[in-house]
Amino acid sequence: MTDFKLNRRAFLKTAAAGAAGAGALGLPTMASAAGLTIGIVYVGPRDDFGWNQAHAEAAKVLKGVPDVTVVEEENVPETVAVAKSMESMINLDDAKMIFATSFGYYKPFVLDLAGKYGDVQFRHAAPLWTDEDPKNAGSYFGYLDQAHYVDGVAAGLSTTSNRLGFVAAKPIGTVLRNINSFLLGAKKVNPDAEVQVIFTGEWSLPVREAEATNALVNANCDVITCHVDSPKVVIETAEARGVKTCGHNASQAPLAPKGFITGAEYKWSTIYTQYAADLAAGKTLPNFIGAGFDKDFVQNTPYGAGASAEAIAAADAARAEVKAGKPIFTGPILKQDGSVLVGAGASLDNYDPMLDRTDFLIEGVIGSIT
Amino acid sequence: MAELTQAGPQVRTELADRARRSSEYVLVPAVAVLVSAILFSVFLLFLGKSPAQFVELLWKGGFGSWFSLQNTLVRASPFMLTALCVAIPARLGMVVIGGEGALIMGGFGAAVIAIPMVSWAPAPVILAAMAMAGMLAGGIWIGIVGAVRHYRGVNETISSLLLFYIAVSVLNFFVEGVLRDPSDPNKPSTMPIGRENMIGPMPATDVHWGLAAGIVVCVLLYFLMNRTTFGFAARVTGGNLRAAQAQGLPVGRLVMVSCFIGGAAAGLAGFFEVAAIHGKANASLIAGYGFTGILVSFLARHNPLVIIPIAIFLGGIDASGGLIQRRMDLPDATVLVLQGLMFVVLLASETFYGRYSFFRKSEGT
Repeated sequence: MTDFKLNRRAFLKTAAAGAAGAGALGLPTMASAAGLTIGIVYVGPRDDFGWNQAHAEAAKVLKGVPDVTVVEEENVPETVAVAKSMESMINLDDAKMIFATSFGYYKPFVLDLAGKYGDVQFRHAAPLWTDEDPKNAGSYFGYLDQAHYVDGVAAGLSTTSNRLGFVAAKPIGTVLRNINSFLLGAKKVNPDAEVQVIFTGEWSLPVREAEATNALVNANCDVITCHVDSPKVVIETAEARGVKTCGHNASQAPLAPKGFITGAEYKWSTIYTQYAADLAAGKTLPNFIGAGFDKDFVQNTPYGAGASAEAIAAADAARAEVKAGKPIFTGPILKQDGSVLVGAGASLDNYDPMLDRTDFLIEGVIGSIT
Repeated sequence: MAELTQAGPQVRTELADRARRSSEYVLVPAVAVLVSAILFSVFLLFLGKSPAQFVELLWKGGFGSWFSLQNTLVRASPFMLTALCVAIPARLGMVVIGGEGALIMGGFGAAVIAIPMVSWAPAPVILAAMAMAGMLAGGIWIGIVGAVRHYRGVNETISSLLLFYIAVSVLNFFVEGVLRDPSDPNKPSTMPIGRENMIGPMPATDVHWGLAAGIVVCVLLYFLMNRTTFGFAARVTGGNLRAAQAQGLPVGRLVMVSCFIGGAAAGLAGFFEVAAIHGKANASLIAGYGFTGILVSFLARHNPLVIIPIAIFLGGIDASGGLIQRRMDLPDATVLVLQGLMFVVLLASETFYGRYSFFRKSEGT
């Protein structure tokens, strides 16, 4: 009994009026007369609870900087599409700086465009820039393994089974390094701790990530963490199974109100605002910047309900130590195959180039790379 | 068929009649596109966005400048080739949706054959071998679909889709295993073919030669399907399989050859991805071109010539998608909503063919 009537004629009229009205209002123009336009390209959605969200949150901070306009594009695949997206930002939005946030954007797309547009600054979120690359290109990176180390400390004091589960995407350098650091953190406070890892084989495979999480919980792991593009499924599945979790990339705290301990997060906003400030001041931008806690490039998610007072105290202490430069890789550390990685009494600097080429898991990690 | 027997003296009327009848194939899709545009406008209005601005940005980002047009064309070229992977088998009544798998296998095959050749062979030889390998790999991949369809009665839609997943696994298995370039620890790929061996852009553009190849292959396959006995036999088979068998047409061979041709076209798209864009095979080959090709082919009613403008149109939507995201603050999925609406409305419009007497042959005088 409603007198709401939507006949075709009235509807078309309204729609047409709406269209005409919106057109007449004039379209917003993007190119700001003065100031700097920065373009950011993401490989996935901006609200993925993971890698892309971490960058998008930094983009929000960057938007708050006076005289800076930020243009964003999400779901841009690592093909010619990204070259065209960046070029479109340069040609149509007058972008003077581009942040390319996915690994596969760099070669050949960022390198080609940097050669073509010499007056635009390109920065890419992985430590790939070399001296042979164009000077208007560069890399920025956060050493997230430091934050995973702190996660490990908290996890090591949160487990009763001494088994921690790690859902990993591909067995590549950065992933392996995070797994190793997570175990080293756990062992620092709990020498009996082990990390069981399952590789899903892809950056984003939600079904297999859920299966892996369940398998780890079934294998008696009572703290779960991960390194996949979007940890949403892993964290939610673990929470539903009643085990504790540590996050990755961005904050997943809202997904696990009961079991969330803390997480390893990037803090790209530090880097982005620094670049904007340098450009505004007319400085030459560095071609490579990479750091961890020491320069506020990475952070831990605020502690959740799963973190005990003891874990919080130990994790805070560990973070302060790493921030001050105390090495994570302190001997004796053996690789999985029994060979010595770091001898007793020796240690590797947290930025040792050897760690960038990690192609091994250390003893105490259960699960194999191949 | 009927016109052959009724060909009367009034040639002029006959021609007008013909034009009126063929206009059905223009008007029905045109109305369908219009309807989907209206539906999409309503969707935008609900989001509080302006359809007028959407259209303006679509034009600006996809066609409005030389840069935008090139952006569109470079995206259109794989769509043409993957659309053919749907269109050619469709003439035999098959719905093959696994062109993405053929593209992956084509790109992978092209990259693999180049590995032992880069050290000694000149670039044209390498590229020729790569193109052949790419087409062969893609052709065999969809050829398998045709073979299991013919010999085992396996539904080609399902088998081609499942073969796509197998193609992804095959690619991953090799690029993360024995064929992995050890110098690239973080993005598993095959050994690069080398910049000097890659295909450059066409003169005066930055669009690679895949576009020219796409257009040429579309034209060639149009002639194959519409002007040769092979094409005729294929269409007869598509019209009525039993009748074709009763006529003694080699149905099995037609099915497999058509699938091979379609797969080879998609494989060629994979070759261009490797030879013109990536320089190596890796997971970036899985970009969804094969799935957009399905949409292109259906919008073109599986006509290879019509595929060319439709692919360019969808390339334009793709190219402007970024600008639309940036200026209108809409999520990327907006463009997918538009594509989905067009697809559904167009499929629905199929039921309107032959319904209106206006498009029928006038009877009597």
